[in-house]
Amino acid sequence: MGGAGAADVSRQRHDGLEDPVRFIDERASAAPLMRKAMRYLFPDHWSFLLGEIALYAFIVLVVTGVYLALFYVPSTAQSVYNGTYAPLRGTMMSDAYKSVLQLSLEHKAGLLLRQTHHWAADLFLVAIVMHLMRVFFTGAFRRPRELTWIIGVTMLGAALLEGFLGYSLVDDLLSGMGIAIAYGVGLSLPIIGGPLMLAIFGAPFPGKPEFFGRMYIAHVFLLPAVLAALIGAHLALIAARHHTQFRESKRTTNTRMVGAPLFPAQVPRSMGLMFLVAGILFLFGGLVQINPIWQWGPFHPYLGENGAQPDWYLGWLIGALRLTPSFDVTVGHYTLIPNPFWGGALFPLIVLGVLAGWPFIERRFSGDRAVHNIAERPRDAPNRTAFGVAFLTWVFLIFAFGAADRIFVLAGLSYDTQLYIFRIGIWVVPLALFVLVRRVCRQLQAADAVQAIQEQAEEEAEQETQRPQPVLRSTRSEPTA
Amino acid sequence: MRPWHWVLGLLALVARRLRRRGGETPGTAPGVPAGSERGGDGDTPEPIVPAGSPERGAENVVLGLLGLACVFAIGFVVVYAAFDVAALPNELLGICLGGSLVCIGAALAVVAKRLVVTEELEEEYPQANPEQQREVLEIVHESGSRITRKRLLVGAGLATGGALSAAALTPTLSLGPIWDTGPLDQTPWGRGVRVVDESGRPMAAADIRQRTFYTGFPEGASTELIGAPVVIIRVDPAKLELPANRHGWAPGGILAFSKICTHAGCAVALYRKPLFPVLEPNNALVCPCHYSTFDPYTGGTVIYGPAGRPLPQLPLMVDDAGALRAAGNFSGRVGPAWWAARERPT
Ligand code: FES
Repeated sequence: MGGAGAADVSRQRHDGLEDPVRFIDERASAAPLMRKAMRYLFPDHWSFLLGEIALYAFIVLVVTGVYLALFYVPSTAQSVYNGTYAPLRGTMMSDAYKSVLQLSLEHKAGLLLRQTHHWAADLFLVAIVMHLMRVFFTGAFRRPRELTWIIGVTMLGAALLEGFLGYSLVDDLLSGMGIAIAYGVGLSLPIIGGPLMLAIFGAPFPGKPEFFGRMYIAHVFLLPAVLAALIGAHLALIAARHHTQFRESKRTTNTRMVGAPLFPAQVPRSMGLMFLVAGILFLFGGLVQINPIWQWGPFHPYLGENGAQPDWYLGWLIGALRLTPSFDVTVGHYTLIPNPFWGGALFPLIVLGVLAGWPFIERRFSGDRAVHNIAERPRDAPNRTAFGVAFLTWVFLIFAFGAADRIFVLAGLSYDTQLYIFRIGIWVVPLALFVLVRRVCRQLQAADAVQAIQEQAEEEAEQETQRPQPVLRSTRSEPTA
Repeated sequence: MRPWHWVLGLLALVARRLRRRGGETPGTAPGVPAGSERGGDGDTPEPIVPAGSPERGAENVVLGLLGLACVFAIGFVVVYAAFDVAALPNELLGICLGGSLVCIGAALAVVAKRLVVTEELEEEYPQANPEQQREVLEIVHESGSRITRKRLLVGAGLATGGALSAAALTPTLSLGPIWDTGPLDQTPWGRGVRVVDESGRPMAAADIRQRTFYTGFPEGASTELIGAPVVIIRVDPAKLELPANRHGWAPGGILAFSKICTHAGCAVALYRKPLFPVLEPNNALVCPCHYSTFDPYTGGTVIYGPAGRPLPQLPLMVDDAGALRAAGNFSGRVGPAWWAARERPT
């Protein structure tokens, strides 16, 4: 603070904070850092909270996950179930499934934590995707924030895998079917598929008993560690170059930001959001059932179930696997590329690849290499907005087809009919939207331009009024003193 | 600390509060020392955070919300302790814990909206630092003044790093039989292996009826192997159109196919009626995962869905006791396809 030490200290209040602050600064020389961090500025816009929601969902996942890990047994050793859930008594099942049943039904609050964990995983991915869309459509990924964006897309990929592993560990019928498909997709990778799957599973599907230990360490340690490291890097990069911001006032420019400081303004806001996210997740965990694992029964490779649906964030892969027409790429008696490769591996790779590479793809087209700190309005980048809408619609339609069997049950439209509608629709609808959205953006821009001219004219008129003829004075202009 | 210490401390706090409130003059903001008020004498420095007006109403709301959060949190403990595990209502636990957290969140939101000094500050965006960039490069370059064969040394370093990485990764080869993809082709079936049901009882040919399906396993093998389970059905032998080289594979119209879908490895768990008898007069085997559909009459060919290969058929025979036995191995590879492996090696 001020320079004259003794006088300054004497005017400070004594409320018990001086000692800790002095303690930390004397040991870590951290006062300058704290002083700076407290006045770090955050632009004020609701859409900047989406990323924070993802972060807080991650925290809830870690906390509830640690608790679940205290009870879970990652083993496929088979034994007979004698627990409290009567319909499954006497069934052969893996220790993994048995431990999750026990955790859900025989440990107090176990079900609450498991369901909260599951809801948090779903919210985690929703928030990531929404955050990604916000950053995409406002061009916030542009220089100097390309690296932040790529890390973000990487986290999306890691989060998808993490979520998949999470519900695979339960080893009920549903998760077993998911692992079988993952194995089929992995096997379909050209050249490396067979060796890779044998390495991961230890043996042909369903693999050695160790396989569950491998999934477990990946789910509770490797991927969370990767995610935590990436979150740290993501936040560090944001702190280094600050947030983008919308041009909301004249004071906001490409080199100057306007916002509220971390302390005191942002801290209660963010912490409040964290508690709200956690609270709502626990309310969901208590009140809204998710993945009632006891209904499905244990998995065995020879069992299957109709109408099974994965967690929402894997629906796009199911849809893609189902939409692909029946063919393997073969040469004589040899398979080159088995069918699941297209929908299960290539499709997500393309989607994540295009997203990750987008800053560079866009730069190629626009030639724009400048530093941007202003978040664009979607209309101001018609090509990007149109492409984004088309691309997301493409993914969304494929996702929607993943639920075609549900649509059939609900709406009666036969699966076959839907298949043909979607096979055409996933190409036609995005193209049409591309053209349409671009046109809408341009028209909005034109309207803005007209308004800008109007405003400028008014401003000029206002300047006129400073001369002694107040006739042209606009009602909107402010009298100048 | 003893409890009465706490009580004393609390009393002291309350007393101070009361005294402060008594002496408060309108316009004085808590947290800003009296000397540095706006309009105070010119010597005192400007406060970093400008003073705001107090909001006792908002403070009361925050206190209320925090109290409610406490009640909910204690409620969680009470509910946990009071109920027996079988009768413990998950909903109540969720309401208690979630309610407590939501109340805290709401309290913080009130703090953020009404109790925190609102500031709108400006700041320059951070820039790149070309000067330091140059210095970094300079430091690196100048530090190498004693080294003459830079490229060679860097190359040696990279090579060593590569070699060490290879060494570090080698143990992962023990994860599975990576080089030997043979296990992917193995099935526990072979000529003479008896077909048993899930509980290990031999399946008699006479028990296999039409219009339903059975799951069979090789006797003496694990039911968990991907090559083990077969779907067994009986159809009208007159309608069979099996490939010519499968003569005698279906004694009495009894057919066996691998139960593992050739698309991505789910169990072919559905046996459906003809959907539209004019075009598809026969029952078909369907995989519920992506609806690949296989026609048993023609030897498991794909008639719908994404699968790229027919379902492998297992040749059957009936022994003297009337039990079903395999007459050989499958007609093709079991399970999802992979690179270079389409047909079963002979
Ligand atoms: S796994 Fe059977 S259709 Fe895909």
